[in-house]
Amino acid sequence: MPEDGALTGSMDGDLIDLRDHETLRASLDHCVKCTICETACPVSNATPLFPGPKYAGPQSERYRIAGRPPVDPSVDYCSGCGICSQVCPQGVRIAELNARARAELKRANGVPLRDRIIARPALLGRLATPVAPLANRLLGLRPARVAAHAVLGIHSDAPLPRFAGRRFSAWARGRAAPGGARSRHVIYFHGCGTEYYEPWEGRRVVAVLEHNGLAVTVPRQGCCGLPLQSSGMFDDARRTVRRLARRLARELARDEHAIVVGNATSCTLMLKREAREILGLEDDPDLSLVSRRTYDVCELLLALHERGELRTDLEPINEVVAYHAPCQQQGHLIGKPALDLLALIPGLEVRELSAACCGIAGTYGLKAEKHRIAMAVARDLFEQIRASGAPAVACDSETCRWQIAHGTGRRSVHPIDYLYRAYGLDR
Amino acid sequence: MSWADAARRFDAVVIGAGTAGMTAAIALAQAGARVCVLAFGLGSTHLAAGTIDVLGAIDGEDPVRSPQRSLARLASARPDHPYALMGASTVAEALAWFARTFAGAAPRGYGYVGDAGRNMMLPTALGTLRPSALVPTTMAAGDAAGLDRVAIAGTPALRDFHPGLCAANLRDAGIRARAVQIQLDLDRADASALGVARRLEEPAWRAAFCRRLGAVLGAEDRVGLPAMIGLHQAAQVLADMEQRLQRRVFEIPTLPPSVPGMRLFEALRRALRAAGGTLVLGAEVSGAERSGGRVLSVAARSAGRQTRYRAPWFVLASGGLGAGAIELDSRGRARERVLGLGLRGVAPASAPRFVEDFFAEQPLARVGVAVDERLCAQDAPNVVVAGAALPGQAPWLEGCGEGVALASGLWAARLVSAELGGRCQATQRSSPGSMPGDAAKPGIDATRRPSPGSMPGDTATESGDRCQRMER
Repeated sequence: MPEDGALTGSMDGDLIDLRDHETLRASLDHCVKCTICETACPVSNATPLFPGPKYAGPQSERYRIAGRPPVDPSVDYCSGCGICSQVCPQGVRIAELNARARAELKRANGVPLRDRIIARPALLGRLATPVAPLANRLLGLRPARVAAHAVLGIHSDAPLPRFAGRRFSAWARGRAAPGGARSRHVIYFHGCGTEYYEPWEGRRVVAVLEHNGLAVTVPRQGCCGLPLQSSGMFDDARRTVRRLARRLARELARDEHAIVVGNATSCTLMLKREAREILGLEDDPDLSLVSRRTYDVCELLLALHERGELRTDLEPINEVVAYHAPCQQQGHLIGKPALDLLALIPGLEVRELSAACCGIAGTYGLKAEKHRIAMAVARDLFEQIRASGAPAVACDSETCRWQIAHGTGRRSVHPIDYLYRAYGLDR
Repeated sequence: MSWADAARRFDAVVIGAGTAGMTAAIALAQAGARVCVLAFGLGSTHLAAGTIDVLGAIDGEDPVRSPQRSLARLASARPDHPYALMGASTVAEALAWFARTFAGAAPRGYGYVGDAGRNMMLPTALGTLRPSALVPTTMAAGDAAGLDRVAIAGTPALRDFHPGLCAANLRDAGIRARAVQIQLDLDRADASALGVARRLEEPAWRAAFCRRLGAVLGAEDRVGLPAMIGLHQAAQVLADMEQRLQRRVFEIPTLPPSVPGMRLFEALRRALRAAGGTLVLGAEVSGAERSGGRVLSVAARSAGRQTRYRAPWFVLASGGLGAGAIELDSRGRARERVLGLGLRGVAPASAPRFVEDFFAEQPLARVGVAVDERLCAQDAPNVVVAGAALPGQAPWLEGCGEGVALASGLWAARLVSAELGGRCQATQRSSPGSMPGDAAKPGIDATRRPSPGSMPGDTATESGDRCQRMER
C-alpha cells in the first residue's frame, strides 16, 4: 500500500504529459468492438450517411495508411462532437482518430472554398465589422442566402449570427486599468464569437469576474483554430492555434498567478486538449503551458465557490430557464458546473436538458450537405426545450445558442448572464 | 494547485456507471446525499442482456428454479459469496427498490416483470435457455414455460442473429420452433439491432415491417425477434406489433449494442438526474490521495488537467476482470487498477492461471477487491465495494450479475447514508423515492454489519443537525 498522503496515481502535469504521448493510434488496440460509441453517436443515429464512430473509426483505421486518403469517405460526415470518446469504456480516442482521418481526406480531395471561408471567423469578423450594418442586411436577405447556398454551399436556412459592429477588444482597450487582487490574475480569452458577434457577453464575463475580486486583463489574442481543425485544414489550424498559444503563454510566463479563462467552451477545450491531441502538438511548449492553465469560466467560478470565495450576494431571479450542456462542454470532463452556479441564484428554476448535442457542431450545420443532418440531430434537444416550458435556454457555447434560438425561437444566453443579473451588475 | 483549483466536494463519490454504481448513486441521492458518479465511459448495461439475473446456477448444477429459495443453499455452499454477506432480505429489498425506481423513471408502459420466486427461462440468440428473474416487458412472452409453437424471425441485414440456429436449438429443447427470415433494406453499411429499433418507432416503417413478417408466419402463436422492438417507445411498439401480427411477440437479447440494456441505463440515468445526482462520463479515475488507509480524494482525468473529487465516502463499482478494472499482467499478477486495492481470490503464484475447459470455472473467476463483512475495502475503510468488483462470485457461471449489482449498490447506499448520519436527513425527508425500511438503526461500529432495511432518516428525529449538503 502507498504511504500516508502519497498519491497512487499521477496528479501533476508532467505525468499527464507523459501519458498523452501514448499516441492516438495506440488506443486503437483497446477497441473491443463493443459498439457503445455507436449507441451514443448523434450523427449516425440521425443519418445513414455516417455509418458510426466505430465503423468509420477503429474499424476503418486498420485500412488507413499514413499520408494516404481513407478508403471510406463517410468519415467526412462525423461532426466532431466527441461524444464517442466520452462514452468509450476502453479509452479509445475515437473522435480524435476520425478528425485526423478527415484531415487526410481533405488533403487528398481538396478543401472547398466554402470551408476556407467559414473556418476563418477572425478574418470574416475583421472584414465585416466596419461594414456590419451592410453585412447583416446582406446576410438577412433571402436572395443573398439562396445565392450563397448555390454558389458556396452555405445552407440558406442555417443560423448565421449578426456582426455586432464593434469589437469586444475595442471596448476592452478603452477600459480603466483592472482592479482586483494582483495575485488573482485572469487573462480573459474571449474567442471570436464574443469579439465579433456578442461583445456584450464578454463585458458580462469581465464584470462577474471583477465582482469577485479578480484582476482581469484582455491581451491581444486571436482565433483558436478549431473551425479550421474541424474542417480538416490542419496546417492552417496549427499555425492559428500556435499563434494564439504564443500570445497567451507570454502573458502566463510573466505572472505565475495568472490563468486563462474563457466563456467559449469549445475554444477553451481546443486550448486545453484538442489542439494538442488532434493536431499532434503535444510537444509545443506554449500550448503545454496554456493547456494546463486554461479554465472554462463556469469551472473557475465553481472552484471559487468550493473554496468559499465566490460572492453569493445574489438577488432573486424569479424565472424558469432550461440548461443545455453542449457536447464540447462535456468534453472538458468536468460535469456541468453551470448547473451548480445557477442553483445558487434564489428563485431561479433550472430545468436540466439531457440531449447530447444540438447538431450544429461549430460550422458543421452551416454546410449545405450537412444542415439537414444537424437539424435531425437537434430534434431531441428542441423537443426537450419545448417540453420544458422554459422561455429561455442557458448554454455555454455560442454556435449552439444560435442553433437553439434558430430552431426553437427561444432566447439562448450564456449561463454567466444569470449571475451577471443576480449580482445586480446589469444596473 | 493554483488559486483557481479546488476539489469538488460531495457526500459520496461513486466510481462506475454500471447497474451497481447507478443503484448506489440513485439510492444515495434519493436519501438526500450529494452524489457524483465518475465513469470511464459507459459499461455493463449496454453490453448485457438487459435482464435482471439474480441466481441462475450453483456450482454447475441444473438451472436454479427459484433464486429466492436457493439463496440460502448458495450461502452455505459459498460463505464468501456477496449474497451470503448481504443476506437474502437485502436481495429482495433491492429488487423491490429497483422495480419502484425503474417504474418511476422509465417511459410509460415499459417495465420489468417477474420476481425472485421463480426464474423464467428465456431463449438466447443461440436458442439455449437462460434463467432470469426479472425481465423487460418486451421479453416476457419468451418464457419457455409458455412457449409451444414459436417463430424465430430474423433478417439477413442483421448478421449476428441467425434464426435457423436459434430455432434448431429450441427444437432440441422440445419447443416447436421454426425460423423465418424477412428482407429489410436498412440503408446502412453496418446495420444493428439499435438501427432497427429506431426505425420501428416510425409507424409507417413498422407497419411495412409487420406486413412482411406477417406474410411468412404460419400457425405459430408467438414470434421471437432480436431485441430491437423500439428504444424510447418499446411498450407502444410491442403492443402495436402484437396487434398487427395477432400473436404475442418477444425479444431475444442480441450481441451488443443491447437495446434493452440501453433502455435500462437511460431509466437509471433519468432517476439519478431526478434525484439530483451528477454523472461525469469519460472521467477516468487516475489517482487517489490517501491518509491512514482512508481515501481523501480521487483525481479524474479532465481536459488539460485532472479534477479532484473529495468525499468522506467512496463507492467502488468499477466492475471486475471483464470490465478491465481488475487486470492480470503478463507475469500472472492480478491488480485492481482504480485505487490499487488488495485483492481476494487470487490463486498462489505456483497455481495455474487458466484451465483448459473454456466453460469451466477459471481459477480467477472469483477474484475481487478484498472486503470486510460490511463490503468495505480492507485497505480503505471508507471505500464500499459494489457489483462485479466484489470477490467470491462468478457472475457468468452463476447468473447473478444484476442481482449482486442491485443488492450491493443498495447495500453501499445504506451504509454510506447511515455513516453520513443526520447530516442528510433534511433533504431525505422530502426525497421522492425513499427506501424500503424498518426502524433498525444501522451499525456504525466497524465490527458490526449494518442491518438491512434502513436509511438514516427512518430513525432520525427532526431535531437532528440540519445539513442538506456538505459545507463548501
